[in-house]
Amino acid sequence: MSFFYATLKRELLLVFRHRSDIINPLAFFLMVAVLFPLGVSPDPTFLSEVASGVIWVAALLACLLSVDGIFRSDYEDGSLEQMLISSESLWAIVTAKVITHWIVSGFFLALISPLVAMMFFLPEPAYPSLIASLLLGTPTLSLMGAIGSALTVGLRKGGVLISLLVLPLYIPVLIFGAGTVQAGAMGLPIQGYLALLAAILVFSLMLAPIAIVAALKISVRS
Amino acid sequence: MKVSMPRWFYQLASPRWFYSFTGKLLPWFGLATLVFLSVGLVWGLVFAPADYQQGNSFRIIYIHVPSSILAQSCYMLMAISGAIGLIWKMKIAHIIAQVCAPIGASIAVMSLATGAIWGKPTWGAWWVWDARLTAMLVLLFLYIGVIALHAAFENKASADKAAAILALVGLVNIPIIKYSVEWWNTLHQGATFTITEKPAMPPEMWIPLLIMVLGFYCFFSVVLMGHARVELLEREKRSDWVKQLIERY
Repeated sequence: MSFFYATLKRELLLVFRHRSDIINPLAFFLMVAVLFPLGVSPDPTFLSEVASGVIWVAALLACLLSVDGIFRSDYEDGSLEQMLISSESLWAIVTAKVITHWIVSGFFLALISPLVAMMFFLPEPAYPSLIASLLLGTPTLSLMGAIGSALTVGLRKGGVLISLLVLPLYIPVLIFGAGTVQAGAMGLPIQGYLALLAAILVFSLMLAPIAIVAALKISVRS
Repeated sequence: MKVSMPRWFYQLASPRWFYSFTGKLLPWFGLATLVFLSVGLVWGLVFAPADYQQGNSFRIIYIHVPSSILAQSCYMLMAISGAIGLIWKMKIAHIIAQVCAPIGASIAVMSLATGAIWGKPTWGAWWVWDARLTAMLVLLFLYIGVIALHAAFENKASADKAAAILALVGLVNIPIIKYSVEWWNTLHQGATFTITEKPAMPPEMWIPLLIMVLGFYCFFSVVLMGHARVELLEREKRSDWVKQLIERY
C-alpha cells in the first residue's frame, strides 16, 4: 500500500510541477462550451435547455484530450518498462496514474463547471446535481480513457485513434451524467441516476485496471 | 488438476489442418447459402403475404432482421475468438477475430442502411433516434475502433492482442451501452415510434425469415472462412506447407 501512495505522490508531484497540465484541460473545457452559443444561438431558454448536454460533452472531450498523455512520457523515457518488470503490483501503478489523471481532468473540472453552468443559464437547483454527476462520472471516463491510452501508447499517432477507441465506451456515462443534470433542473430526484453512475464506476474500477495492465504489456513489448 | 481440451481444439490451432479442413467445408456451406438464400428470398419477397398495415414495404425485414442479428453475433465471435487467442496463444483464433471486424462492420452498415430504407416509408424519416438504431450505430463504431487499432500496429502479433483486448472491453460494455441507450430514449422522447412488434406474425411470414437468418449465417461462414484462409496464407507464406501448396498449382 505504501508503494501505491509513493506512486500517487510521484504522479501528483509531476502534475503540479507542470501547471499547464492542469490548466490546459480546463481552458479547453471552457472554450468548447463557448463554441455552442456562438455556433448555435445565444438565446437563454435554448441554452438552459442544452446546458446539461453541452457541459457533459465538453467535459468528456476535455478528458479525452488529456488522457492520451497518461502513459506517454513514462513510455518514452523507459520508466514504464521498468515499472512493468518490477515486482511491485501493476494494479497500484495503474490506479495511481488514473487517479492523478482524474484529479486533473475530472475533479478540477467539476469544481469549475458551475461557471459554465452560469453562462448557460442552467437553473440553480441543478448545480448540485451537475457537480455530483461530474464527480461520479469522470472517474469512469479516466478509467476507460486509460484503456485506450494504454493500447495506443506504443504508436506514433495516438490522437485520433484513441478517440475512435474510447468515445463509444463513453456513451453510457454521457447519458446518465446529462440525465442527472436534467432531472436536477426539473426538480426530480437524482439518486437513481447517481446510483447508476456509481455502479458503472465500481464496475469499471474492478475491470478496467486488468485491461489497462494487459494493454500496457502489449504496447511495451511491441 | 489437469484439464485437457478436446483433440479438435488443438487441431484447430494448426494452420495447415485448418486450411485443409475449411477447404473441405467451404463448398458445403456455399451450397447451403445458395439454397437458403434463394428459397428464403423468393418465399419472403414473392409468396409471403403482405403486411396488413405496411403492405409490401415490410418485405425488407427479410434482409434487415438477419443482418441485424448477424452484426451482433459477429461481434461476439470476434471478441470470443480474440479471448481464445489471448489465452491459448492460438494464431487461428486471432486470424478469425481479425477478419471478423471488417465483415461485421459491413453487416452493421447493411443493417443500418436497410433500416433507413424501411424507416422512410414507415416512419417518414430515414433516421430516428430510436434506441435500437443508436445501439447498432454504436456497434458500428466499436467495429471501426477495432479495425483502426489493428491497422495502426505494424507488428501483427501486437495488433492481434491489442485488438482482442479492445474487442473484449467492447463486449463487456455492449450490454451497458444497450440498456443506457434504451433508457435514454424512453426518458427523453417517450415512445413516438415503436419498431413493429412481431408476436402475431403468421408462420408464412416468419418461416422464410428463419430461412433467411440461416442463409445469412451460412453466407457469413463462407465469407469468414474465405477471408481467414487468405489471411492465413499471407501470414504463413514462409512456411513449407504453403510453399508446397503454391508449387502444386
